[in-house]
Amino acid sequence: MQYAAAPETNTRPATGPGAPPVLELRNVSISYFVRAGEMKVVPNISFKLGQGEALGLVGESGCGKSTVAFAIMQYLGTVGRITSGQVLFEGKDLAKLPAEELRALRGRRISMVYQDPMSSLNPVIPIGRQLMEVPIVHFGQSEREAHARALQMLREVNLPDPETMMTRYPHQLSGGQQQRVVIAMALMAEPSLLVMDEPTTGLDVTVEAAVLDLVARLREKHNTAIVFISHNLGTVVRICDRIGVMYAGELVEEGPITDVFRNPRHPYTRGLLSCIPTLGADKNSRPLTAIPGQVPSILNRPKGCVFQPRCRFAIAERCSQDPLPTVSLGEHHRAKCVRAEELPPHEKLPQGLEAVAVGPQPGDAEEVLRIANLRKTYHQATGMFGGKGYDVHAVDNIDLEANRGRTLAIVGESGCGKSTLAKVLTGIELGSAGMVTLGGKEISQIAVEDRDAGTKRAIQMVFQNPDSTLNPSHSIGYVMTRAIRKLRGLTAGAAKSEAGTLLKTVNLPPEFASRMPRQLSGGQKQRVAIARALAGEPDLILADEPVSALDVSVQAAIINLLVEIQAKRGATLIFISHDLSVVRYIADHVAVMYLGQVMEFGRTDEIFAPPYHPYTEALLSAVPIADPDVHQRRIILEGAIPSPQNRPQGCPFATRCPRKLGPICDNQAPPMQTTATGHRIACHIPLEDLTKVDKVLVA
Amino acid sequence: MAMSDTGGTLTRTWARLSLLRESPVGMVGAALVVFWVLVAIFAPVISPYGPNTNDLDALVDPSPNATHWFGTDMQGRDILARVIWGSRTVLTVAPVAVAVAYAIGCLLGLLAGYYRGWVDTLINRISDIILSFPAIVLYIIVIMRFGPSALNIILAVIFIATPQITRIVRGMTLDLREREYIAAAKMRGEPALYIMFVEILPNARGPLIVDACLRMGYTTIAIGVLGFLGLGLPPPTPDWGGMVKDSYALMSIFPHMALFPAAAITSLVVGFSLLADGMREISMRD
Repeated sequence: MQYAAAPETNTRPATGPGAPPVLELRNVSISYFVRAGEMKVVPNISFKLGQGEALGLVGESGCGKSTVAFAIMQYLGTVGRITSGQVLFEGKDLAKLPAEELRALRGRRISMVYQDPMSSLNPVIPIGRQLMEVPIVHFGQSEREAHARALQMLREVNLPDPETMMTRYPHQLSGGQQQRVVIAMALMAEPSLLVMDEPTTGLDVTVEAAVLDLVARLREKHNTAIVFISHNLGTVVRICDRIGVMYAGELVEEGPITDVFRNPRHPYTRGLLSCIPTLGADKNSRPLTAIPGQVPSILNRPKGCVFQPRCRFAIAERCSQDPLPTVSLGEHHRAKCVRAEELPPHEKLPQGLEAVAVGPQPGDAEEVLRIANLRKTYHQATGMFGGKGYDVHAVDNIDLEANRGRTLAIVGESGCGKSTLAKVLTGIELGSAGMVTLGGKEISQIAVEDRDAGTKRAIQMVFQNPDSTLNPSHSIGYVMTRAIRKLRGLTAGAAKSEAGTLLKTVNLPPEFASRMPRQLSGGQKQRVAIARALAGEPDLILADEPVSALDVSVQAAIINLLVEIQAKRGATLIFISHDLSVVRYIADHVAVMYLGQVMEFGRTDEIFAPPYHPYTEALLSAVPIADPDVHQRRIILEGAIPSPQNRPQGCPFATRCPRKLGPICDNQAPPMQTTATGHRIACHIPLEDLTKVDKVLVA
Repeated sequence: MAMSDTGGTLTRTWARLSLLRESPVGMVGAALVVFWVLVAIFAPVISPYGPNTNDLDALVDPSPNATHWFGTDMQGRDILARVIWGSRTVLTVAPVAVAVAYAIGCLLGLLAGYYRGWVDTLINRISDIILSFPAIVLYIIVIMRFGPSALNIILAVIFIATPQITRIVRGMTLDLREREYIAAAKMRGEPALYIMFVEILPNARGPLIVDACLRMGYTTIAIGVLGFLGLGLPPPTPDWGGMVKDSYALMSIFPHMALFPAAAITSLVVGFSLLADGMREISMRD
């Protein structure tokens, strides 16, 4: 209760040498107690966070980031416990506080924002009411005061029409709006510490950019200290001034963003930085460097340095010492690596966001796939007895072509129709109008069951979700031999040896044949899925977000594998993704889709340089880039992507376009403007004007 | 061919079943069920008398005593012997009925969930009609119409249980058919029946095994109720429900005549329920 009387703390001077840290973790160990015994998830972690500072905690899944967040909140559930060390909030040990005082702190002085906004909001209470609870509970404010405060907060997080918003229920809001409400709620009491656990992971890039922008702005305004947890280095660069890299429960490197990115001293940090495709590189310039091996299991953590088994700089006798010292590198930068000071300088990737000539020009390769005026319309019935209903144009009048041995990337946010397009190509759905020709043969009107053996063999798919791509009841060997026999008609014996060869192609040992999917990691499952797609020696491989569910180090290995297989087998790859950095790396041609239409199509280098379609421009400005030295022009798109059933009449992007010309955009479909090289942009703005636009990304 | 993975599946299913050892509740259930199965198998060996042997001396006092541990009924037949032989009735009728109901229910549920459209509507409406009758009324109508016999009881149970199983399988199929591995199977040209039985059904097995255990329990109750209503197996076949009915009039004087067969029904039903609980615990693991 004593805290209620101390709102003036927010006016305390910002971080200075004398100011006490808002949060300090001193040698904190966290364990989970489970059937198998004690699991030391975080053996020992220490860090400080000054007033108004933002620390980004990054690392791959399972490295203990969220556990640290929950430890800060003193909310580890029934099986988790802080076994030693202290979590100090403004100098007070949170573990020693009585439950009542802790309750008064949470939500008032320390707030948390979780990944999934839908599960943070109560679905049966209007959001205004939920926001008002904060001042009523923590400050004893009256209904009227609380209402005014909630309204003010909704305005601050840029929600349109805050008065109506107060009466809405969570399900009536889009994901981005929900997350804004959660952030508003967290900042309601002007806490001095905000813990954010992957707050933008489920959001589309343009929405993510707007939310990150909001967090950065509010942080400045309220001088809130932030612990920002993310697996995406790019988002951390946008929000934080310091970064902590976690690996297997340990903080292996910590320091100011610019220091760590320019001069990473821990080999794991280096590994992380070189396995993400940055917008400067592509498959022709260098392969991505994946980190070999896997994160060790908590139950058998290596002695000394945890990263040692995967580290190319490791020297056994020095790296095995226990406990491993933390090396200080300058005032704020430290790394848990005995060789931190002697490592060679980190080679930054070939920079140069200049247009790199991407392979040979279009037209030199044989056309494998042609999509002409393709439409896919779903009829949505309304009411119980059908009624009239309405049509949803999931894919609307698309023209695209893909050449042999090349990669065509299809980029867009959720609801843009990219997955529907994949379904039509594979024959799982039929096209409503237009043509798809594969090797000269029309296939958009033939369902997969009716396709002839040759067509089935020619087109195969790699799916998004590693957990649902393999049947949990079938062994890997069965999956492989079945696919080989079905697609190539081999005998059992021949199929078995071919399965071994294919597993080898995707860098898996042949013994994996006897394993079940649940015994494999996500990356391994995705490798099997790729091997299965290769079983029929396809001409066209469709990959629908094949790496979006994987950790970055695994992602790099899978991307390399796809590039390598394509180079070796000359198959055409259609790569569907929302991640522009990955697309930049792997694609030869890119199609940018929005609400079922292709807004821009061209060679990869053309897409990443002016002239841009205004939507492409906004996407490029939104994509989080893990490099503090790249300057990115900020374009914040307001509003959410309209739902396909009330798509604007004219240009689909008209409702959010920052370069909108006027009523013409609302009422008239934009013309497809084509350059001499075949770069196409669907926009009313003349090409000359679009060419004059500044580059979004400048190194 | 399509079955080349079944060997592996069996070993794995067995490995999973052995996890039951870690569930005390499940082990109690399994013990009760195994006990009755053994009793049924070895009935001729362990039964002290034949099920229909009349001991006229016992008519004077049918209460339990040294010669007749559970006592005798009004015709001087040994209750212990009849309980032992009666387990054979329950443990043939219930498994056969449930197994056949499952075979039909799985097929219909898979068809409805996989094809949807008119197939789904048709199967669903027929199920709805059967399900909208109270089960006990249906049992009575079916048995009264076709007469009490083991076969008719089995048919009645199948008739009533199948729509319920169809529902469960259909629901799970609707979910599982959207998985990416199903799309992969379609893309390599697998026939629909293969996708239903090899790709979908094995992944529905967890909840289905639990349901099958529970359903064996319900069926045991149903057989008991039918017997009690006089619609069970025709006399003199030993039948637990029928034994309760026969002694109903003398319940206040000689409670043992009803008590022992009733206890037999209860223990078997509880056994199936606990076994189902144990199975559920296993299927929650992973």
